[in-house]
Parts: sequence; C-alpha cells; structure tokens
Amino acid sequence: MVAQTQIQARADARPQGGVAPAVKMEARGVKVFYGAKQALKGIDLDVRDRQVTALIGPSGCGKSTFLRCLNRMNDTIDIARVEGLMTLDGQDIYDRSIDVVQLRARVGMVFQKPNPFPKSIYDNVSYGPKIHGLAAGKDEMDEVVEKSLQRAGLWNEVKDRLREPGTGLSGGQQQRLCIARAIAVSPEVILMDEPCSALDPIATAHIEELIDELRANYTIVIVTHNMQQAARVSQRTAFFHLGEMVEVGDTEEIFTNPHDERTQGYITGRYG
Amino acid sequence: MPAPDTHTVKSFAQELHRLTNLVTQMGGVAEAQVESAIQAVVRRDVELAAQVMQSDHRIDEYERAIDAETLRLLALRQPMAIDLREILSALKIAADLERIGDYAANIAKRSIALAQVQAVRPAAGVPRMGRMVQEIMKEVLDAFIERDVEKAIAARQRDNDLDDLYTSLFREVLTYMMEDPRNITPCTHLLFIAKNLERIGDHATNIAETVHFLVVGQPPAGERPKSDETSFTVLGADMAAAPDDAKSQAEG
Repeated sequence: MVAQTQIQARADARPQGGVAPAVKMEARGVKVFYGAKQALKGIDLDVRDRQVTALIGPSGCGKSTFLRCLNRMNDTIDIARVEGLMTLDGQDIYDRSIDVVQLRARVGMVFQKPNPFPKSIYDNVSYGPKIHGLAAGKDEMDEVVEKSLQRAGLWNEVKDRLREPGTGLSGGQQQRLCIARAIAVSPEVILMDEPCSALDPIATAHIEELIDELRANYTIVIVTHNMQQAARVSQRTAFFHLGEMVEVGDTEEIFTNPHDERTQGYITGRYG
Repeated sequence: MPAPDTHTVKSFAQELHRLTNLVTQMGGVAEAQVESAIQAVVRRDVELAAQVMQSDHRIDEYERAIDAETLRLLALRQPMAIDLREILSALKIAADLERIGDYAANIAKRSIALAQVQAVRPAAGVPRMGRMVQEIMKEVLDAFIERDVEKAIAARQRDNDLDDLYTSLFREVLTYMMEDPRNITPCTHLLFIAKNLERIGDHATNIAETVHFLVVGQPPAGERPKSDETSFTVLGADMAAAPDDAKSQAEG
C-alpha cells in the first residue's frame, strides 16, 4: 500500500509533457470604479481550468472586488462600474447577450459567513436546481441533492435529517451546505470569498480537504487572508495590492521565492 | 509598499536574528578549530592538538542549538519566502560546519600520531593546503554574513585550486611511500589529513551554494567545480596507461 502511494506520488511528480493547463477564465485590463474611487487598476489574470487559484493581499487591495467581477456580483452595486475584458471559456461575460442568472449558475459563489436559506437542508440544496429547471421530478431532485451533499462531504452527517432547518447545523456544516448548494446547479467555476474565516480549525480542515477534492471537477478561485491556507489549497497564487495585481505564479514559487519585493514583504509579515 | 527589514512582529525578527548569530558564531568556532588543527600539524604541537579534540563538542552544541531553534521557528512561525530560506539555510550550514569540525578534530588526532615519528617532507604541503582551506572558509562565511552571492560563487570556484593542491600532494605522498616503507606510517596519516582538508573545502562549497539559495532562492546554476583526480591517480611505470577514457568511464 505504501509502495503504491509512492509510485503514485512519483507518477504525479512527472512533468506533464509540457502541455499548459487550459485557461478557464481570463481577465484583461479589468478596472473597477466605485463612484469616483478606482478599486482595480487594470488586472490581467488567467484562471486555469480545474485548478485552485488563491487571491491574497491586504484588506482593501481589490481581491474581493476582482472575485466579484468573475460572476458579475458587482452588478448588484449601483455605483460600481467595470471596464476591461472578462471571459469564461473565451466568451465575454459582460456582453449584452449574457444572461447574468445563467452566468452565476456556471460561476457559483460561497461567501465568508455561511448563509443558508432559512429553509430545510433539502430545500437549501434543491433551490438552485429547481429555479434553473435542472431536475425533472422528485426522484431526480433527490438524486441531485444527495450527490451535491456527498460531494460537499456533508451527506453522512445530514442524511437522516434533511427536513431540519439548515440554520440548525454547526458553522462548518453550514459552510459545507452552502458549498453543496453552489455545486447543485453544476457550476464550472466556484468562487470562494474567505470561506473558512468563521470556522474553527477542524471545520477549516474539512473545507480545505473538500476544496482539494472539488478541483478534480471544478475551477476554484478563493480569496483568503490566511496565507497558510492559500499555500495549502491552491496551485496558483496571485498577490493584490492597492488595486493592482503585483504578482501571480505557482503557489510554491510565490511562497518560497516571490519575485516582487511587495509580495515578499506581505507574505513574510514585513508589510508596514 | 517597500519591504522594510523588520517584521511587523518584532519578536520573530529577533528570533531570526538570533538564529543567524548562532550560525555566525558556530562558523567562527569552526574556523578556529581548523586553524588550530593545521597549526598542530605544522608545529607538531601535541598539546594544541589535544585542545582541538576537546573543543569539538562546542561545535556539536552549536549544531544542537541551531537544530532546536530551527524546529521551533518552523513550528511556531510558519515562515515564508526569505524567512523560510533563512531558516533552512541555517540548518544546512550548521550541518556542514559540524562536519568541518569533525574533520578538524580528525586532523588534530592524526597530528599527534605524526608528531611521534620522524617528519617527512610532504608534510610541507599541509600548510599550503591549510591556508587555502582557511581562506575559502573565511570567504564563504563572510559571504553568508554579508549575503554576498558574488563572494560565495568566487569561493566556490576556488575549491578547484584546493582540489589541484590535494591531487599534487597525493602524488607526492605516494612517491615517498614507494621510496622507503618506513615513510608509510607518517605518509598515510598525511594522506588522511590532506583528504580531510579537501573535504572541508567541499563542505565550504556546500555553504557557498546554500548562501546562493538563501539570497537568490535557487541553487547556483551549473555543475560544481571539481578537480580532485586522486581517485584515478596511479603512480609508477603504468601511469601513462591510465588513459583518459578509463577516467571518464569511472566518472560516468
């Protein structure tokens, strides 16, 4: 068994034949203004398919603003104005022809504080598929709910109380319920804004393990203040500062040998 | 946002500083041990040799202190980037210095044996090798303290010269042994002393590479210089019969 694992580890370590991972989402010159204030100053960033991209940086650096551009959540803020190009599979997501509700089904989101609907666990997960018409009949819906809860690593804990309110779960369970809810509509990209900041270390470890499993099927972009978390869960890390993206690279490189002084200052805690 | 030298958490900066100081001090002790060991050989000074052997435990204590501090910093501070490299470098350099200390002690030990028999002429080659080893060590340790990559690389290159000296001393010693079997005892000790000095040079080279990693974030590019040819050296009539291709075979 040990030998098997080692063989696998060696196989994983082999170079992947030089094939660059596909780009799922692409940002070019993305600027965001909140009224007169410019929050993002022209961001160029590729989000790679089926990888975890972590966005790090001090408060107010624009990382959450950028995350919210990826599924047009900034549309909900009246004074917000977005410029530049943002694509999903090469398609401009700010194009007039885009249905924002459809877009957000493809690019789901999990927030900082677990925010289950004040409904049953079952209804929390089935809500999305229901309004998007993704399940024909009760059996199919049962299946979607079970599969989503399983993928979110919550099924075994809640399968006997699906009719109980989602708000009655623990914080970590609630967050996994929110992830199940996001997964239920079969998104391609999942955006996570500080998904563990309200959770204890064990619940955090569960979510991190879940993120690692989910990346087999989903592209994930995570904003986190916890640099160790970024280091643990992501393959790529982008450092934001004062509305600019200072540096992006393989996570290992960013945390062992960042090229920009500002990145180094931030991750080593020298940020004045 | 420039990256100032001090951490927001000052105690972390102090701990890193303390770790670097430990390595610097350990380097100083190792330098002194090597110097004394060489002097013990040159002056046939048995007392000095005994001192060197007794002092080796100081270097070991430094290594244990650095290991413990490294472990603590990794566990409690979760260091990143330059801080992480700083801590790893301290650990690696301490291991090299500890080995250097062992070689110095071994040189001292053999100098006692040497002092009990008639001096042989190849012993004159030891101070020259010794001087060069000391110079390389000094440069490498200075490079560490000053975070000077250029200096580290220059010192690494000098290991070549040391290897050349070792190879020529090796040949000389072999010749003396062939001339008179009574030379075999002192010459064998000399051979080990020379080998020890050569190994000290190799560990100094390791430290130079660690300094490069510490500052630049990557080990230096290119093969490390090597001209220790003693593994292929054959003295006598068939010397010409040790052709280059045999050598390259042995290398491959």
